[in-house]
Amino acid sequence: MKATPLIGLEVHVELETKSKMFCGCPADHFGKEPNTQTCPVCLGLPGALPVPNEKAIESCIKIGLALNCGINSLSKFDRKQYFYPDLAKGYQISQYDEPFCSDGFVLLDSGKKIGIERVHMEEDTGKLQHVVLEGKKVTLVDFNRSGVPLVEIVSRPDMSSSSEAKEYLKKIHEIVRSIGVSSADMEKGQMRLEPTVNVYLEDESEKHYTPLSEIKNINSFNFASQAIDFEITRQIEEFVKTGIEKSATNKTTRGYDAVKKMTFLQRTKEEAKDYRYFPEPDIPPFVIENEMVDKLRSGLPQLPDQVTADLIQMGIEPKYVKIICNNPEALAIIREFGENKEIEINKLASLLANKKIDIKGDIKGEYQKATQTGNTNVGELKEIVEKIIADNPNLVAEYKKGKTGVSGFFVGQAMKETKGQADPRTLNKIISELLNR
Amino acid sequence: MKQLHELTIKEVLDGYTNKDFTCVDLVSHFQKRIEKYNHKLNIYLALNENVLAEAAAIDNEIAEKGITRPLLGIPFAVKDNFLTLGIETTASSNILKGYKPQYESTVIEKIKTAGAIILGKTNMDSFAHGSSTETSDFGATLNPWNVEKLPGGSSGGSAAAIAAQLATVALGSETAGSIRQPAAWCGVTGLKPTYGRASRFGIIAMGSSLDSPGPIGRSVEDCALITEVISGKDPKDATTSPSPVEKYSENLYASDLRGIRIGIVKEYLLPDMREDVKNLILDAADKLRLLGATVDEISLMDPKYAIGVYTVIQRSEVSSNLARFDGIRFGHGRSVLCEETKRRIMLGTYTLSAGYYDAFYKKAQAVRTKIVDEFKEIFKTYDAVIGAVSPGPALSVGASKNQPMFGEMEDILVEPSSIAGLTSVGLPCGFVDSLPIGLQITANQLKEGTAIKIADCFQRHTNYQVFPDLDKTT
Repeated sequence: MKATPLIGLEVHVELETKSKMFCGCPADHFGKEPNTQTCPVCLGLPGALPVPNEKAIESCIKIGLALNCGINSLSKFDRKQYFYPDLAKGYQISQYDEPFCSDGFVLLDSGKKIGIERVHMEEDTGKLQHVVLEGKKVTLVDFNRSGVPLVEIVSRPDMSSSSEAKEYLKKIHEIVRSIGVSSADMEKGQMRLEPTVNVYLEDESEKHYTPLSEIKNINSFNFASQAIDFEITRQIEEFVKTGIEKSATNKTTRGYDAVKKMTFLQRTKEEAKDYRYFPEPDIPPFVIENEMVDKLRSGLPQLPDQVTADLIQMGIEPKYVKIICNNPEALAIIREFGENKEIEINKLASLLANKKIDIKGDIKGEYQKATQTGNTNVGELKEIVEKIIADNPNLVAEYKKGKTGVSGFFVGQAMKETKGQADPRTLNKIISELLNR
Repeated sequence: MKQLHELTIKEVLDGYTNKDFTCVDLVSHFQKRIEKYNHKLNIYLALNENVLAEAAAIDNEIAEKGITRPLLGIPFAVKDNFLTLGIETTASSNILKGYKPQYESTVIEKIKTAGAIILGKTNMDSFAHGSSTETSDFGATLNPWNVEKLPGGSSGGSAAAIAAQLATVALGSETAGSIRQPAAWCGVTGLKPTYGRASRFGIIAMGSSLDSPGPIGRSVEDCALITEVISGKDPKDATTSPSPVEKYSENLYASDLRGIRIGIVKEYLLPDMREDVKNLILDAADKLRLLGATVDEISLMDPKYAIGVYTVIQRSEVSSNLARFDGIRFGHGRSVLCEETKRRIMLGTYTLSAGYYDAFYKKAQAVRTKIVDEFKEIFKTYDAVIGAVSPGPALSVGASKNQPMFGEMEDILVEPSSIAGLTSVGLPCGFVDSLPIGLQITANQLKEGTAIKIADCFQRHTNYQVFPDLDKTT
């Protein structure tokens, strides 16, 4: 029986806008004193109203454009309703059926296209902290994160292995970073991953799909990859045992235990929430003008795939290209010296990639110093030095008396003789050796 | 000579200018009246403890600079769903009992900037769910004309405060009828601005796509002066209109209504409406004709459809808006919510549920669009449409009990205009059974000026601005 995994991914990216999605509080919440960055709006106080952050919407559209999406001319926010203590209003403002961006793709290195179903805008929730306070186990709520702008990128189930999923995730990560909307720092929770997995099984006579499972809130590419692999194996085994196929009602939600390296059941579809979406009445619908989209499109920097192609075209080896692409400073240097005839660009790339030169220093000087190999032919240099020694017996005598400073004269003469081509270290060694004979 | 509680905004400001009385005099006068009558009528839930100090500061300002602000020293009664910094705000619900807001609503900020003084917070239907004040967790307000009658609602406390002359002017809010209907039942004037004309920021939300804060006062003029102050784009409310605010007061004192075209809606003269009520509306139409307007009978969709649309949309929004009172914050659990509130949350939750959304919410929105279009068409020909505010005069205390659709039946004639987000003035046009009857004059979105002009001219040429003698009625 042939097994083809069908993997889709939901990726949440926190935007690094100055203020939150619907109020003026700072969006940068990481490591801040709890509940110091809140206001009536993000606390969901009575009477408070959301006002959308235009910069965040622009960032969302930029992500959509970078992922080859169409930008919908009509869009709106909806309320997604559920109860949880970290959700101040009892609903999350999100987008249901009219997201800002839809139908894009990411191109894997193999040339395979991974479809993007939609890219939409929503707000983050607060955070629960389970702590012991005065001997009592309590749960505290920190609303600093409440209302931070969040973009959700939903792929189609086009990936068929964990390695494809990982490549897709890395590409999303690179793209989001390269367009400057988020650092997408996984450790800070700025990028969160939710794979949805099932398996298509096929032999000559039969075709089967295993039930879908969605794996919630993973914060590393490796964990995502491990979770997917575990899930593929688990689903095939389960199918062989039970023969249960995918249906409209048997999707499950699972978590991933990174220590045990396995997924575990969180809830079944029967227990799934009905979010009772309806259009957010506090925010009028959006008409996105073509001019705005064109302006955002023309403001986008070159995207990673294009940059990669350009660097390869310049003659840089692929092993360096990857590293350079992920380092904006190094990339800027390569761009600056790309046309410079005195610099061999692949050599510069190798130096940058291997951190052999100081990225903040004088690049041209650093490059020359680092690439200066000079003449290291000991025989040839010895001959030249012997000649200078023979021509200057007085200075040799002074050296022997202890005026070792005169060795500089010999270095200078030898350099002159070799037109500066002698490798300084080799030359120094030879001179001191011959003078101390 | 008028007594202090009988003065309009303009008369108060003139009194200050002429040094006839001080702001402290006026405020103390109202305090005495409140002391005397509030326990009989249950109008104020909370009083502003700093009011005398604020009045004294205003007297100093007047002495130094004269009257430089449009509402300087004007005493307001404020519906209890407006957040007032430091003054308990409950929306008449036990779940917010003791809640002192950390911030001020935009409308309150605006009237305070204009110099207003807040006397206190007025009773309302709990979370504005009703048209009687009977759903208030703090007991019903009684109608100052007849304490066996209801004041209407949900802004019943504010309307009663004007009828009982326990404030110069008041603020209410209307989702569908909550300004016009209690104003009608109490025989005072109310103005519902266009949806988005005045900010909803800091007003405890009921039906977010419908809620409109507005004034209740002794006259159209007072309502116009307040609307001028509270209107305008608010950066904190994304649904407010950016169009500039007109000087509504320039529409006052029109000598006649020549050139104005008015439609009287046939369907709003309901078949089971009392003849005497119907006749008052027809008399009002004749009066408008006498003033020079043309008044034609026109036809609109049967208002019963508006009830269906309104009920579904409003309950849906309510179920969502009240989710923040989750029992974790604000000090009280959800079990303290009253029956009506629970009923609305349940109905709204149902209409938004998977599988029912299309049949209810979506269909309601489609009909809403039809109602909007119908009004658009009418306003191509007419400047305003008129009709009764309510099918009859104030009903008796207890009438809303065990009547889940009580509000909707009483608001049948105002719901279509609310659904379409229109502006409308409700003002007295006569009496039946010694109880006032209200006329509504509804104009297109952002045409407050037109509605004000017609209503003001009608009011100046009729004599229905009368007030009950509380010593006889209470």
